[in-house]
Amino acid sequence: MAQNPFPLGKDELLKAYRTMRTIREFEERLHVDFAKGDIPGFVHLYAGEEACATGIMMHLNDNDRIASTHRGHGHCIAKGVDVHAMMAEIYGRSTGACRGKGGSMHIADLSKGMMGANGILGAGAPLICGAALAAKVRGDRGVGITFVGDGASNQGTFLESLNLAAVWNLPVVFVVENNGYAESTAMEWAVSCDSYVDRATGFGMPGVTVDGTDFFAVYEAAGEIIRRARDGGGPALLECNMVRFYGHFEGDAQTYRAKGELEAIRASRDCLTILSERVVEAGVIGRDELQAIDREVNALIEDATRAAKAAPLPAPEDLLRDVYVAY
Amino acid sequence: MSRKISMKQAINEALDLEMRRDPTVIVMGEDIVGGTGAQGEDDAWGGVLGVTKGLYAKHGDRLMDTPLSESAYIGAAVGAAACGLRPVAELMFLDFMGVCFDQIFNQAAKFRYMFGGKAETPVVIRGMVGAGFRAAAQHSQMLTPLFTHIPGLKVVCPSNAYDAKGLLIQSIRDNDPVIFCEHKNLYGLECEVPAESYAIPFGEANVLRDGDDVTIVSYGLTVHRAMEAAATLVKDGTEAEVIDLRTLSPIDWDTIVESVERTGRLVVVDEAHPRCNLATDIAAFVGQNAFGALKAGIQMVTAPHTPVPFAPSLEDLYVPSADSIASAVKRTLSPKGASPRIAA
Repeated sequence: MAQNPFPLGKDELLKAYRTMRTIREFEERLHVDFAKGDIPGFVHLYAGEEACATGIMMHLNDNDRIASTHRGHGHCIAKGVDVHAMMAEIYGRSTGACRGKGGSMHIADLSKGMMGANGILGAGAPLICGAALAAKVRGDRGVGITFVGDGASNQGTFLESLNLAAVWNLPVVFVVENNGYAESTAMEWAVSCDSYVDRATGFGMPGVTVDGTDFFAVYEAAGEIIRRARDGGGPALLECNMVRFYGHFEGDAQTYRAKGELEAIRASRDCLTILSERVVEAGVIGRDELQAIDREVNALIEDATRAAKAAPLPAPEDLLRDVYVAY
Repeated sequence: MSRKISMKQAINEALDLEMRRDPTVIVMGEDIVGGTGAQGEDDAWGGVLGVTKGLYAKHGDRLMDTPLSESAYIGAAVGAAACGLRPVAELMFLDFMGVCFDQIFNQAAKFRYMFGGKAETPVVIRGMVGAGFRAAAQHSQMLTPLFTHIPGLKVVCPSNAYDAKGLLIQSIRDNDPVIFCEHKNLYGLECEVPAESYAIPFGEANVLRDGDDVTIVSYGLTVHRAMEAAATLVKDGTEAEVIDLRTLSPIDWDTIVESVERTGRLVVVDEAHPRCNLATDIAAFVGQNAFGALKAGIQMVTAPHTPVPFAPSLEDLYVPSADSIASAVKRTLSPKGASPRIAA
């Protein structure tokens, strides 16, 4: 076996690949089943963006908290939320992560530090400031990570939170997942500055831009600023430039894209392909080992889907449950 | 030991006692310490009206001044609550809810239900409500109906120092998000308040005055106007029962219905605007559940459907007065059907 040139050991590399493959397979399966009409409501898929969630979450533990977005499945999986509970939630079943009452846009598991996907864009940023404040008050070295897309990076909540985190010196990392589109609107048009690094500088914190399709680039940049936040060095911003393989939501005809754009990004900017080629070419991991993971992940998603479809619906009395702790 | 203190002092005392009792209680808001980062004295203000004055000296960094940035710090209070702290966030004037309402009604209020009962968000958002301070349209509103409309929020509005202390202590200990509404024109009002800690349970109205002829229901400042009206009505031989709701969500339906079943007449007084407010809510509930007991049409006395005016002469007309409440009582005593139509 060749010498490992990567910043992670083989087990960790396999874990990263498994996480990314699980996200991809989860989303691809939803893409197929949504088109069949099996899934209520609407879903926003994370396929194409797996390296970002995974490269960041590899540095976190259950004590660290994240606030996610409407496109939250990848964050959930990378943060360790149970895939069966997620799938059941998306199917509106009582075995779901939120007992079927949240759905795709509100999957949460506070025991894993996952404070919820969020249907309100930019709303996670103030919440994660609070999570980071709680960690700071307790002195438990926990950090908070909030994700926004390039779209929600224009929300007042996000910009106010950059300022608050800097003023209170909170252990927060603001991750801008720049996939180039706010729904259908181009980032180049809607974001007034040329670089998110400039925006971070304006709020008195370091900013880093990385190729979000390169797992290692995300992993290394995130590691440094998360360590800094954990050690009391304060907040930072990480921009991950990435690609979205599907529309804003499922059913989006994506007429705003350039001709051939999707084919091109799938061919040249698939983060899973990039990661597997690198580890295989380096001789650290065999292709057969990755294929074995693929088979296991396929079986997991198949099982989660079958279980979700067979799971009981919430009981009628659940309609009125859990509005308050006590009322 | 009991002594006379103002509602402002009672709120300060409740915060102090709960911070002593529970290290997870933190207090944040704009200028609640005052003078942070400035050259002058520490703890310079204790809030714009001095409600939190002196707490920084006792509790240090657990009192946190914030940037003028309501969305960020109210959201941070909500997030910290979901992560095990018990934050009390001062929103100064609850009119400012407009800029941070998402963090309250889409986040705090929904976490528990939306996450399948697996979250608790014990945050208190407290601030001033109400007119009569010559503070004009954006610093004077009684927005309580906006809050009571939202499932997941609890809404408290005390009318005196004793209730303010006990209800704020309960609010901090409560495991749901609470909007704590402090009428700015009651801050200076004094009454007997025990020095020790006590909690007043939610959903228990206070019957301030017994009477068999008519039930008057209100909350906040207008409770006092209702008591004035009741005192004048005695001259005509009318004994009014006056109910102070204290908490608006949950609300003590039993006490209201029990009283109306005895008196047969109801006047509801609300400083909020007339459409879809506490008065209409209570009138509808009584109409549905105690119609047979009613001897006259239910009367509502509210602020008009206008913003709060600045000119003192107009603002004095805006808030329900003792006279308008007494007139409403008299209408319920007229023969059935003889009431003039009251414009909303």
